[in-house]
Amino acid sequence: MRYLLRKLAFYVAALWAALTLNFLIPRLMPGNPVDLMLSKLATKGPVTPTTRDAIQALLGTDTSSSLWDQYWTYLHQLVKGDLGTSIAYFPAPVSQVIGQTLPWTVGLIGLATVISFAVGILLGRAAGWRRGSWVDSLIPVTTMLQSVPYFWLALLLLFLLGSTWPVFPLTGGYDVYSVTPGWSLPFVQSVLYHGALPALTIVISSIGGWMLGMRNMMVSTLSEDFVVTAEAKGLTPRRIRSRYVARNAILPSVSGFAISLGFVVAGSIVTEAVFTYPGIGSALLLAVNNNDYALMQAVFLIITLAVLGANLLVDLLYGVIDPRTRARS
Amino acid sequence: MAITTEGAAAVEKSAPVRRRAWPPLTLKLAVGLAVAGLIVLFGVLGPLLVGNPSTVRDIGLTAPGNGFLLGTTQSGQDVFAQLAYATRGSLIIGVVVGAITLLLSAFFGVVGAFVGGATDEAFSLFTNIMLVIPGLPLVIVISSYVPNKSIWLVAAVLAITSWAGSARVLRGFTLSVRSRDYVLAARIGGEKRWRILLVEILPNLIPLLASQVVFAVIFAILGEAGLSFLGLGASGSFTWGTMLFYAQNGLALRLGAWWWFAPPGLAIALFGAALSLINFSIDEIINPKLRSQTRAERNKWSVKA
Repeated sequence: MRYLLRKLAFYVAALWAALTLNFLIPRLMPGNPVDLMLSKLATKGPVTPTTRDAIQALLGTDTSSSLWDQYWTYLHQLVKGDLGTSIAYFPAPVSQVIGQTLPWTVGLIGLATVISFAVGILLGRAAGWRRGSWVDSLIPVTTMLQSVPYFWLALLLLFLLGSTWPVFPLTGGYDVYSVTPGWSLPFVQSVLYHGALPALTIVISSIGGWMLGMRNMMVSTLSEDFVVTAEAKGLTPRRIRSRYVARNAILPSVSGFAISLGFVVAGSIVTEAVFTYPGIGSALLLAVNNNDYALMQAVFLIITLAVLGANLLVDLLYGVIDPRTRARS
Repeated sequence: MAITTEGAAAVEKSAPVRRRAWPPLTLKLAVGLAVAGLIVLFGVLGPLLVGNPSTVRDIGLTAPGNGFLLGTTQSGQDVFAQLAYATRGSLIIGVVVGAITLLLSAFFGVVGAFVGGATDEAFSLFTNIMLVIPGLPLVIVISSYVPNKSIWLVAAVLAITSWAGSARVLRGFTLSVRSRDYVLAARIGGEKRWRILLVEILPNLIPLLASQVVFAVIFAILGEAGLSFLGLGASGSFTWGTMLFYAQNGLALRLGAWWWFAPPGLAIALFGAALSLINFSIDEIINPKLRSQTRAERNKWSVKA
């Protein structure tokens, strides 16, 4: 219970830090994002006083109200869920844009990351168990793939498998012309077909880290005394491998998984840029290119919240799989 | 690799002057150092030997050969000259980020863990919060507010968002070193606190610090490349990332201009792989169990699966 409370307290602190950072960045940076946004909005249609207030609360005002008052207005605005109006997707409110793009990112990136983690751990287990086997010799190759810039690899694969040999579609999240979004079989098929290549590139470029980490932990754990004892007891090698060695070796990878989620979301921005995928990363880039500060700040906030939430989940899971964590705190 | 424990003991007796053993020159380390060294040399000397990388000629997209070692870009610029300047730019980013990361992570990780108490709690909380806030989105948001970015600003932003992981690793290791008996002995012996930190603890952290810096350099170069690819990199500078950005915008792949698209990516991959090889060798010093040499020893009792 104490473990749980400590963790929750930490995430409340992290949440507050993220909200405050999001509040401070537009106010500390040079330039005047509010005027820029309002003038851009005005060219697209009449700006209502409520919209003006929302944008000023989120991005800062040049009025004389103190920073402290602005901070409270900002928090109040967030609690109400009013994130302003988007320029890039005018006249849609920012919250609607996020609601539409977020499922794509979570689906593609989340699934690809879980696959990469699972396969990487299994391969790493095999490599560490029998060092020098063919699986072990895969490690340098996957490490090499990790130092290749992700977008470069993705562009090459897209060019080869999209243009030269058209196995996969070039852009988009589904076939816009032939299917309509909804829970129908053709739509799901189209989504899977369009998501296959982006997912493949993510798995290829991220699997090496999981494999190497798991392999090294397997090797370290194999020389522990309890493994010798288990062997002396005459347990089957399979049991020793999965219940004794891998069970302990996987722990750092699980906590590493939580940390890597931040990088995963970051990677999603690049992935979506390469594949023109309709996710939240594309929305962020569109916002940046259009000086759509309201959308940009909101996307940053949502990404941070998602990463914090996923971290919390992994932390809670970690408490379950490693009882020592609960005992220590 | 041939040095056994007995041999090492004998060497220590005969040569007590040598205090810290350098890493054994394995094949991995040799290849890593050679490749990384060549690329650094190219980045330092290359720009002195090539012409102006921005000169526009009316021979767009010529294949390698005819006086241009790596062909030309869409507007007839010499790709080889660009690569030389880009290497220098990317290396500068890597070095600056590596240095700032080293300072920040050593301060928040090592000093916090050494001082202990409330300072450690506060530093650790700050580190963990920085760790869970996603870096690249933050970099994108910050850099989109600044219209004209210098290469230094990009490096600083990358460093600020990437030191936390190293700090956490360093903190864990410092905690374990701090509670060792010899540190306690030094404390009882009346050594000053700063002396214990700098003379007793820090030397033990050097391999770990080195591997974290190498990691930070790879991360910075990849991060800058990604940022430039999204069009948010340093303006008016040459890095591997900006080269790829222009190649991508000039439809280099679609037009079959591999000599424009491939070299920067391969340079990043080669440099990253070389640094990884160096890092593996450092890892084997920190954790001797990972050395391939121990395999024979392990085989004596190895589990036959």
